[in-house]
Amino acid sequence: MKTVSLYFQVHQPLRLKTYRFFNMGKDHNYLDVSVNRSIMQRVAAECYLPMNNLLLRLIKEMEGKFKVTFSISGLAIEQFRSYTPEVLDSFRALAETGCVEFLAETYSHSLSSLISPAEFKKEVDAHIALMKEEFGYTPTAFRNTELIYSDQIGEQVAAMGFRTMLAEGARHVLGWKSPNFVYANALDSKLRLLMRNYKLSDDIAFRFSNQGWGEWPLTAEKYAGWIADENTSGEVINLFMDYETFGEHQKAQSGIFDFMAALPKAMLATGQLEFKTVTESAAAHQPTGVLYCMHAMSWADEERDVTAWLGNELQNEAFKKLYGLEEKVNALNSPDFDYVWNFMKASDHFYYMATKWFSDGDVHSYFNPYDSAYTAFINYMNVLSDFDIELEKALAEKGVEVAEQSAEKEAKKAPAAKKAPAKKAAAPKKATAAKKPATKKAAAK
Amino acid sequence: MRVLMFGWEFPPHIAGGLGTACYGLTRGLARNGVEVIFVVPKAYGDEDQRFIRVVNASDVDAVYTAGESDSEIWKHVKFMEINSNMVPYISPEQFERERKQSQKVGTVHNVGDVWRERYNFSGKYGANLMEEVARYALVARQVAIELEGQFDVIHAHDWLTYYAGIAAKEVSGKPLVVHMHATEYDRSGENINTQTYAIERGGMEAADLVMAVSNLTRNIIINKYGIPADKVITVHNAVRFADNNMEEERGVKDKIVTFLGRITYQKGPDYFVEAAAKVLKRTPNVRFVMAGSGDMMNHVIRRVARLGIADRFHFTGFLKGADVQKMFALSDVYVMPSVSEPFGISPLEAMKSNVPTIISKQSGVAEVLDYAVKVDYWDVDAMADAIYGLVTYPALSELFARKGLEEVTGLKWNNAAAKIKAGYERVINEQNK
Repeated sequence: MKTVSLYFQVHQPLRLKTYRFFNMGKDHNYLDVSVNRSIMQRVAAECYLPMNNLLLRLIKEMEGKFKVTFSISGLAIEQFRSYTPEVLDSFRALAETGCVEFLAETYSHSLSSLISPAEFKKEVDAHIALMKEEFGYTPTAFRNTELIYSDQIGEQVAAMGFRTMLAEGARHVLGWKSPNFVYANALDSKLRLLMRNYKLSDDIAFRFSNQGWGEWPLTAEKYAGWIADENTSGEVINLFMDYETFGEHQKAQSGIFDFMAALPKAMLATGQLEFKTVTESAAAHQPTGVLYCMHAMSWADEERDVTAWLGNELQNEAFKKLYGLEEKVNALNSPDFDYVWNFMKASDHFYYMATKWFSDGDVHSYFNPYDSAYTAFINYMNVLSDFDIELEKALAEKGVEVAEQSAEKEAKKAPAAKKAPAKKAAAPKKATAAKKPATKKAAAK
Repeated sequence: MRVLMFGWEFPPHIAGGLGTACYGLTRGLARNGVEVIFVVPKAYGDEDQRFIRVVNASDVDAVYTAGESDSEIWKHVKFMEINSNMVPYISPEQFERERKQSQKVGTVHNVGDVWRERYNFSGKYGANLMEEVARYALVARQVAIELEGQFDVIHAHDWLTYYAGIAAKEVSGKPLVVHMHATEYDRSGENINTQTYAIERGGMEAADLVMAVSNLTRNIIINKYGIPADKVITVHNAVRFADNNMEEERGVKDKIVTFLGRITYQKGPDYFVEAAAKVLKRTPNVRFVMAGSGDMMNHVIRRVARLGIADRFHFTGFLKGADVQKMFALSDVYVMPSVSEPFGISPLEAMKSNVPTIISKQSGVAEVLDYAVKVDYWDVDAMADAIYGLVTYPALSELFARKGLEEVTGLKWNNAAAKIKAGYERVINEQNK
């Protein structure tokens, strides 16, 4: 019996408006509200709502034998609240079935794990609190932004109390090993790792509607047959993908919804497969070995590393300047500033600044509001500069002194990631409570 | 005195400094009692005609004969597509647009069986620039015939109009003055476009008098084009005072240092970036702004990111109209680090907005200004020093702002026009001898 885990990632960034140098110091509304609203409403209509309804129906039909796992970023939840509250309701309905697991992740879908352990912990705490508040659910498993994982990040996640974490089944890390087994973190073996089977996952997420693909058209029976086949060895089959696959990346006309509607029955009919959520799957199987991953990997692009966000000088500069503000934001501790701080940290902004436009260009340009990486960079830095000016003003008013962070100090911070996260990370409750008024304000705008 | 003048652009439809200079200059001439007939390839009808008559070349019926008389002009020209670095004063976006458009439409060929044709000039610096230059000459010839007896001298601005000037001289026998606003060496460095060079040189050889916008340009003309020194005079540009000095509310309290111009090699944008990095090491309360666009923009952005100063170095993209005035109003220091600049009118505009200015010694405008800091474009240490001084010591910046305004106020087109008029008189007298 092989265990299949279906996991879907739900995230929408808050996109910035065109913010020029002339706006600086005068205009502090950074967001393109109408674009954010229209994208959210479109994706809700084409993907979130129909797919949630489909999953709900399937879960009821299968009477507990069909299970799925979600992670929903804090920024996506904020936008559901503002623009499409019915999506939140439908996720709640899924939560009530008991067959759906929600994972913890970074609140703002950020890259904090790569630079600041303290900020990373703070974001995870904030996200856990949000899951409790929205779904009455306490996450027991973790997935980092874009499946970014390394030994150190895993160790931090274990220290936060998680026993299960998701990672990419990257070939350069696994080597001869199969992704279809459970592995353990190299620094803290209590943390179990579920590796994404990228071949089988991408058959759905990328190739499903590609008519040039040899296996097109893909049917549920054929797909279930591949997984059940004895040549597909292993104990766990982890199918992890963007939730926007359904109805957005793969349009409804491609038959993706019919495929998903038929999939649970087809899988169960093989008699070889069962569905479990990721926590259940990790608990049901013993790790077969330790996974060593010195350098951060992710599920993005051909390289499966972090160069999609931190691969050129534009991205590195913006990243360094952004996290240079961390101490100031924390010292100020104001809900309005935290709100901006959160959406500025979203990894998407850095994704738009990527300059490697080859096979993955399509994915980079998806939902991308900029015509070039340079425009994205200029716009982001203009907003960030104004945010910094406002931060300084607010701190001066409050009379708080923050030592100017030098570039050298920043550089030292990254390798020092192993040090225990600072205790001053604000209590999660406070952080979430603080966020709420800010979100309401955004809705009112 | 009456002059038939050939230009390529005229306000408000301008791509660069040439149109602005022509406007100021014709106004100055009018004030000096000179009548000007200004021929442009495409007149839109809303040009300011209080001082001059604008003749739209597209409205002139040119006698199109594939025969003998035109061949003088045609034989020097082959129709070729030319690429951007030989085209003066064009924004890169515009050239790209023009080029694409002209690729779509295809080159216009003149067919022999059309006897009389009304040429519709695009009047822009497009990919079929050489073709338009030659066709403009055909029209110029016709204009000169129709206006016979209505002008005493012909004045042609920049190489684009030199064939037109020569053609008009041929049919009318009137003396020709050509005006060098830029040389091919300014536009392309040492890798010049030989076709453009040949037109410039041919125009100056055919002319009775050559006017250069600076001594810098005059020297290039004498040394690199082999034009006799006594035939070349310098007429420095001036700046026109419109009373639209706007007050712009400042958003940021930091000092603002501005670069405004095309982001291309000859404007020296990378020296500005290096100087900015040096200044920011010493003082944090400064922001640098690069306004404009161009083929070096992405390169400059990467350099700024690599230097780690992107939170204090901002890009505005291409600015036009009121935004340019706004940018000057927001600036505390204006820097023009041009590698090669025949004149350079923008520092004058900055100074008239009360902005202390740093200019490169390799610009023509350096010859007429005392109250601007002058540095070698490559000397980023000196440039950084000057920026630091102007943002740090109020006494210095106030002195430069006040004296600079006085100085620039004295640079009047009337004076420049008087010099031009004297030039006209000289060639007319020489001819009558």
